[in-house]
Amino acid sequence: MIQIFKDVRIDWLANRRAFIAVSVLLMLGGLFSAIIRQATGHQAFNLGVDFKGGTVVTAKFKQRPSDEEIRASLVKQGIRDAIVQATDKPDTVLIKLPLEGVSQAEVETGRALVRNSLNAFGTEAKADLHLAADPNGAYEIVGTDAVGAVAGAQLRNKAIAVTLAALVGILVYIALRFEWTYGAAAVIAVFHDVLVTLGFFSIFQWEVSLTVIAALLTLVGFSVNDTIVVFDRIRENRRLHRRDSLYKVTNDSINQTLSRTVITSGLVFLSVLAMVLFGGEVLRGFSLALLIGIVFGTYSSVAIASPIMVWWEQRIEAANRAAAVNLNKPIRGGVQSQTKTAASRDAMAAGAPKRSGGASRI
Amino acid sequence: MKKKNLLQRTILIAIVTLFGLYIVVGPRHRPSLKDFGWSGMKATLASNIHLGLDLKGGSHLVMRVKTEEFLKHLTEGNTVAADNAAKEAGFEVKAARAETTGGHRVIVQVVDPSKAEDIKTAIQKKVELGDTTTWSYSLSGDQLIWTMTGSAERLLADNATTQALNIIDSRINALGITEPTLQTHGSQSSHQILLQMPGVQDPERVKNLLKGESRLEMVHVVSPPSPAPAQTYATDAEAIASVSSGGTLPANRRVLKYVERMDPTSTAPEDQTREKRTKWVIVEAPAIIDGSELRNASAVPTRAGGTDDFEINFSLKKNGADKFGAWTGAHINEYMGVVLNDEVQSIAFIKSQIFDSGQIEGRFTKQSAEDLALTLRSGALPAPIEYLEERTVGPSLGQDSINSGVRASLVGLALVVLFMLIYYRGSGINAVVALVLNMILMMAGLILFGATLTLPGIAGIILTIGMAVDSNVLIFERIREELRTGKTIPSAIDQGFGRAFITIIDTHVTTIISSLFLFVFGTGPIRGFAVTLVIGLLINLFSAVYVSRTIFIWELGRKEKMESLSI
Repeated sequence: MIQIFKDVRIDWLANRRAFIAVSVLLMLGGLFSAIIRQATGHQAFNLGVDFKGGTVVTAKFKQRPSDEEIRASLVKQGIRDAIVQATDKPDTVLIKLPLEGVSQAEVETGRALVRNSLNAFGTEAKADLHLAADPNGAYEIVGTDAVGAVAGAQLRNKAIAVTLAALVGILVYIALRFEWTYGAAAVIAVFHDVLVTLGFFSIFQWEVSLTVIAALLTLVGFSVNDTIVVFDRIRENRRLHRRDSLYKVTNDSINQTLSRTVITSGLVFLSVLAMVLFGGEVLRGFSLALLIGIVFGTYSSVAIASPIMVWWEQRIEAANRAAAVNLNKPIRGGVQSQTKTAASRDAMAAGAPKRSGGASRI
Repeated sequence: MKKKNLLQRTILIAIVTLFGLYIVVGPRHRPSLKDFGWSGMKATLASNIHLGLDLKGGSHLVMRVKTEEFLKHLTEGNTVAADNAAKEAGFEVKAARAETTGGHRVIVQVVDPSKAEDIKTAIQKKVELGDTTTWSYSLSGDQLIWTMTGSAERLLADNATTQALNIIDSRINALGITEPTLQTHGSQSSHQILLQMPGVQDPERVKNLLKGESRLEMVHVVSPPSPAPAQTYATDAEAIASVSSGGTLPANRRVLKYVERMDPTSTAPEDQTREKRTKWVIVEAPAIIDGSELRNASAVPTRAGGTDDFEINFSLKKNGADKFGAWTGAHINEYMGVVLNDEVQSIAFIKSQIFDSGQIEGRFTKQSAEDLALTLRSGALPAPIEYLEERTVGPSLGQDSINSGVRASLVGLALVVLFMLIYYRGSGINAVVALVLNMILMMAGLILFGATLTLPGIAGIILTIGMAVDSNVLIFERIREELRTGKTIPSAIDQGFGRAFITIIDTHVTTIISSLFLFVFGTGPIRGFAVTLVIGLLINLFSAVYVSRTIFIWELGRKEKMESLSI
């Protein structure tokens, strides 16, 4: 039997400060990139044709190069995010460029850029001649048009609203099956994953297209899945080991599910890596978003969701105990409860497994 | 007991698998031997699964909103209203006309220019000509002139385009065309709309439907009241001559074509030709109410009811119903006409007050009645639409990208299968069988739901496969754990499945719940993602848990006593 891990005993929660610091730094990095770019007149995200519209150039060839060759020569001219689309005529191709604005000048710019790129395949047919009539012409630009965004602001806002509603659904279900704190921690972890991934897209100015949105939805799914697997184990272990502290149970549960976490995430990671490497230029945004999402989705269920849940549960427990004390001494309850909370936080920080005395909440 | 259980499970799995396979590659017509060959099955699969624009391409339609018609209509409407308002206020109007070439003007020629200011006030109180951002007023001799400003022309034309875009959007949705893209096209002043839709069955019908103006009006037909028959004229010239001697029609009258419906019982040959039955009627302008007051419209068979004899029932919104009720109450026994796109569909006299519903009769076929009801429901287009360009386009992701994407996914899938077989040995076969079954059934699900597969849909499939592999990993890791604690093989399998099942249910239900939100409230790409994910995860509960479990039971049953489990 091949086994990746045998009887691991890692104190994950001891490193929670470092984990959260790393995550906050990553999120701040992305946020700064977006804010600074926006403030200096650049765009926070490199939005594709889907979101902001652009220019469509229709070109006709004598000898049509492959889509890949056309795309390569466009990249040489600095156009990375063009869509190259075949038509029903084998010699004609549509090239969509993400250029903002629908003015004639913008359209002309787009046309000039495409002309420069296509000159790699031969000269353009003379303006007054048709392609067939010009013996030296290799291609001609048949038409140039501006197109609006496929996904306008309305669709974008609706997408965000729907996704938030879905997250509320997740929160409520986890709250019913586990506790409110578990649900909140899982949703916070998901937010973290999406923000970090978007941060990468802003920092490196990778193109955000509709496919990236699909990838973000997918990574939300993966992240929640991962978090629930760990939480599920915590719930089970709390029933089995009522004398152990939540701190210890959480660490044990992460360790027990570690081989599953590594195998599943590793397999998905490898498959997506294959897509990043061999999937081609157009799908790169999609596969990169998935790749980053899987790494951070896995990381966040261990490093974000679990510590937040433990911290929250301990606060509640401390508050409950303080309330119980206050029942006997109903004076100056506020001060009492604060000292209790501080004490429990100290106990947790020291990494000492705290005995909760069988007061299991589940 | 165990044996019987296993038999039941095997039969259920076999039935589901065969059913799934039939849906995916089974021919829809009378099967021939060729359909079960490799290329035959491939062809069936290609025709069964609808691929979206990004993966397969589709038709590419560029249309233009004739905004000049919209502005013309608006100017003419205001002219009639201005004429009526001035007359109602007791002023004499010599003529009112609309100028729509080289700018848009409402011109009211009055008898007494000294009262121009009063007339202007009277008109602007009733008609929206007082809006100075849209209309600039001037007086020239005995003519009161309102000229539409250039900025208003642009703004109104842009608004008409946006409105047309929204109406086309709702018509496409009502038609059930999945995953189209709809966007503005060309420069802003060209008022063009680009629609791309993945392969549709009947493109001509779609084109006609989108183009359908569906301008519905209820009008007062100028005629002596019932029991005299409704006044009709044989030619339009005759009709015009009857109301004006000079051959120009007053602004508050329109002459419309009316094709009398065939009497189904009549066998007289002259009733059978459309030319013989074409007549002309004079109606009052403006209309009593128009299509913007519609609340609902639906196609129903007529009471006399041949199979191809349909009419359209409609109901009105509150405002329209009030207006309509007041008017019909005051005009008992007079004639009213239902006008669709400037042609009178039917004329009837008003027996009693009508409030909020009515019929459009016209011997429609079932499909034309349904199409008309659909366009009426989605609202009238603000202006007619013309098609500028129509062509078929390839996949927007590019065929080369799709090919490399497919190659990369196959590499990824091969890696997963290889790992499962090496790491979990014999039990890895369970996982692979479950995975293959999941993919077949997922395809079947997509076909049954008539879903259109796009890249976001494929993202949903990737997540499903990820979670399917995860389910097996969860189960196998759990069985290994149970074995390590010294349990017997059957009880380790039992416990492993039992424990892992709770986790699997939680992860699946959470994701299904969130996907349902995306499905119900989401649009386009988000919906595509949710559809494949929900189908895939429901199937996964069957394939990863039930099927995998069955294989284990079968393995256990094969030997009396199992010494070791290949996991």
